Amino acid sequence: MKKLMLGNEAFARGLYEAGCTVASSYPGTPSTEITEFTAKYDEIYAEWAPNEKVAVETAIGASIAGARSFSAMKHVGLNVASDPLYTISYSGVNGGLVIAVADDPGMHSSQNEQDSRHHAIASKVMMIEPSNSAECKEFAKTAFELSEKFDTPVIVRLSTRVSHSQSIVELCEREERPLKEYIKNPQKYVMMPAFARPRHIFVEERLKNITEYAETSPLNRIEISENAEFGVIASGAVYEYAKEALGDKASFLKLGTINPMPVKLIQDFAKKYDKIYVIEELDDIIETHCHKIGVNNVIGKEIFGFCGELSQTVISEKILNKKSEYAEFSENVPVRPPVMCAGCPHRGVFYCLSKLKVNVSGDIGCYTLGASAPLSAIDTTICMGASISALHGFNKARGKDAESKTVAVIGDSTFMHSGMTGLVNIAYNSTNSTVIILDNSITGMTGHQQNPTTGKNLKGDPAAAVNLEALCKALGINRVRVVDPYSLAETEKAIKEELAVEEPSVIISRRPCALLKYVKHKPPLKTDSEKCKGCKMCMKLGCPAISMKDGKAVIDHTQCVGCGICQEMCRFDAIL
Amino acid sequence: MDTKSVMIVGVGGQGSLLASRLLGNVLLSQGFDVKVSEVHGMSQRGGSVVTYVKYGEKVYSPIIEKGEADIIISFEELESARWIPYLKKGGHLITSTQKIDPMPVITGAVKYPENITEKIKQAGIDIISVDALSLAEQAGTSKASNVVLMGVLSTKMGFDESVWQNAIEQCVPEKFLELNKKAFALGVQNA
Repeated sequence: MKKLMLGNEAFARGLYEAGCTVASSYPGTPSTEITEFTAKYDEIYAEWAPNEKVAVETAIGASIAGARSFSAMKHVGLNVASDPLYTISYSGVNGGLVIAVADDPGMHSSQNEQDSRHHAIASKVMMIEPSNSAECKEFAKTAFELSEKFDTPVIVRLSTRVSHSQSIVELCEREERPLKEYIKNPQKYVMMPAFARPRHIFVEERLKNITEYAETSPLNRIEISENAEFGVIASGAVYEYAKEALGDKASFLKLGTINPMPVKLIQDFAKKYDKIYVIEELDDIIETHCHKIGVNNVIGKEIFGFCGELSQTVISEKILNKKSEYAEFSENVPVRPPVMCAGCPHRGVFYCLSKLKVNVSGDIGCYTLGASAPLSAIDTTICMGASISALHGFNKARGKDAESKTVAVIGDSTFMHSGMTGLVNIAYNSTNSTVIILDNSITGMTGHQQNPTTGKNLKGDPAAAVNLEALCKALGINRVRVVDPYSLAETEKAIKEELAVEEPSVIISRRPCALLKYVKHKPPLKTDSEKCKGCKMCMKLGCPAISMKDGKAVIDHTQCVGCGICQEMCRFDAIL
Repeated sequence: MDTKSVMIVGVGGQGSLLASRLLGNVLLSQGFDVKVSEVHGMSQRGGSVVTYVKYGEKVYSPIIEKGEADIIISFEELESARWIPYLKKGGHLITSTQKIDPMPVITGAVKYPENITEKIKQAGIDIISVDALSLAEQAGTSKASNVVLMGVLSTKMGFDESVWQNAIEQCVPEKFLELNKKAFALGVQNA
C-alpha cells in the first residue's frame, strides 16, 4: 500500500516494521511527530521523558534489556543527551539502539543551527542520513540491523525539510523481534576505567569495520550521467535540491553513511571528474573528509557558505550561474512575525513585567515570543533551563540591587526538563531570585505534548502529576504562590511583592493554553466605539485580535476568545 | 510531464495543513509522484506560513523557490503580496479577501498596504479573489475558509470533482464532513 507520509511519520512506520518495542523522547521541532506517530502503534511502548538525557538513557536501558529501542530529539536535544551518548558508544548495544536527531538549517524553530554530525564524529557513533520519506522508513529499519551487526548505537540524522515533507511511502508488514537474552556482562556495560579502556580499542576497531561496510553499503549510491561534466557529492535533503537543480548535468555520489564515511568509494568517484562539488548544509563535514583522504579537486564551502538552508535555486545560481525571474509586489510588504495567540495566558505576565521594567531572563517555548514588540519584555534566551540558572549568576554578579529588579520566566515543561536543577542552585547557593513558572498545563510550542505536570502520558492516559508547588518547596524555596495571569492586578501585585522580599521565591502563573481543546472560552468581546477614546491602552498588550480602525480599537471576532485582559486595561469601559 | 508547483500561503492557525493534506491526497490518487512540505513550530503561532505542494512524474526538491509556482493559494491578502515573487510567469493567484493585521501594523510601526488586489492585477498577474471567510461562515464556520479555497482551486486543476470529494472524506472527521462538503461546493460555485 502506498501512502503520502511526513518524513517523521514514515520514520515511525520504520520503527514499527523493524519490531521496535520501546521509544522514549522529548519533543522538539522538527522531530516531535516521530514519537507521536510511534505512540499510535500499540506494539510499541512510547513515552515523553522529562528531557532528552532521560529519554536516551531509557532507550539505552531497554536496549541492554534486549529490546529494539529508540529515542528522538531535535539537534539541541542531542547536546542534553550527549553525556550518555559518548559512553554508550563504548558499551554498544544488546537490542538495536537507534537515535533520531533532527537538525534545523535555517532555524525555522530553533535557537541555533548547529550541525549534529559533529556529535556522531566526536562520540564515534555510526550516523546515517535519509533524503525523503521512503528513505526515512528504510533507513530506520536498516539502522536497527546495523546497530546489532556492529554493536553500536546508530544516529539517524534528519532535517526540517526531510522531517516535515510528505512523500510517497510503500508500507510493509511488521517483523516481530523477540527480546534478546540479557546476560550480565560488566566488561561491556560497566564503564569504569579498567573496563572502558578495552572498549575504546573496540570502538576504534568498529569504526574501521563500519568504514569497510560503507564502501559497498546500499545506503550510498553512485548515479552516473553520460552528459556530466562534473560530479556532486551530497546527502539528505540537499541531494534532492541538487538533483532538481542539476539533473543530468552532473553525476552524483549520494551519501547515506555520514559517520564514518567511505574512503575508496569517494576517491574513485572523484577520479572520474576534474571538478567535484561537495554540496552540504551547515558545516564542511564531507568536504573536510575529502581533504583528509586526499581528494582535493572539491569545491564546497567557498561558494555555498556555512549559514542557512540550501535550495535548488542556490545550487543552480552557484554552479550554473542561472538567475531566476519573478515579479515583485510594488511596495514594501510588512513582516508577519509569530505572535502569542489571542487569549494566551503568558500575555498578562509579560505585560506586567514590561510595565514594571523588570529584567527578564527567558527560556525556550512559546513564551520566548514575549521578547517581541510591543511587550519586548525578555532580556535573554539561551537554552532549555538557562532562565533560572543564568538569573542566579546575574544576581550573584550584580548583587542586591539586581535581585529586586530581575526575574526568570520558564514554562512548565521546560521547568521539568532542566529548570529544577537551576532552582536548587538558587536555594542552595542563595540568591534572592524570583522565578515565574508559566504553567499552561501543556508543552505548547511543539504542538501540545503532555509532560510530567499535566497528569496525562503520551497516549493520553491518566498519569502521576508533579505538584509544582510541593516540588518547589521540596527544592528549598519557602515562598511559592500561584496567580491567575488573566488577572493583571493580582499578577502585578505578586511580582512586586516577590521582588521586594529578601528570599528566593517562585510565582506559578497558572492558566491552560488557550488553544487546548478542553478550554472553554467566553464569547468574543466587542468595543463600544462611542466610549472608545482611541487611547491605545489595550494595544499595549500586543493581542493579535485588537487593531485600530479610524482611531478606534476594534476586536476581530474570529480570533478573540474573551480572556478579558483588554477589559482590565480599558479605563473607559469601552470593551464589552 | 514537468513538475507542477502549488503554494498554499496564509497566517499560522488558518488551516493550511488540512488544505495541503487534501490536495496531496487528490494528487496521490491521480498516480503522481507528490511532495508536500510544511513548516511546523514557531511560525504556526500567527506568523506567515507557507506549504509547498509539488507533483509530476518524479519530484525531487520538496520546496518551491521564487519564480517557480504554477498556482499560489493565499488565505490572506497581505500574504498574497508577500509571496507574489514565487509565482511563475503566467501563473495563477487565488486569494481570499480576508485581511489580518500583522503585529507591526497593530503596533502602528507600519501600515497595511491598500488595494492589494488592484496592485497585483496591475503587475499583470492572473488573480481570482474570493471572500472565502463569508462563504465559510455561510457553510457553518469561519474555520472552513481553507476548504472553500480548495473548492476554488479544484476548478483550476482539471480533475473530476469526485476525486476531491473522496479526499475530503479521507481527511475530514465524520462529524465535520457535511459542513466541509458545503464549503467546498461554495468554493467551486464562486471560482
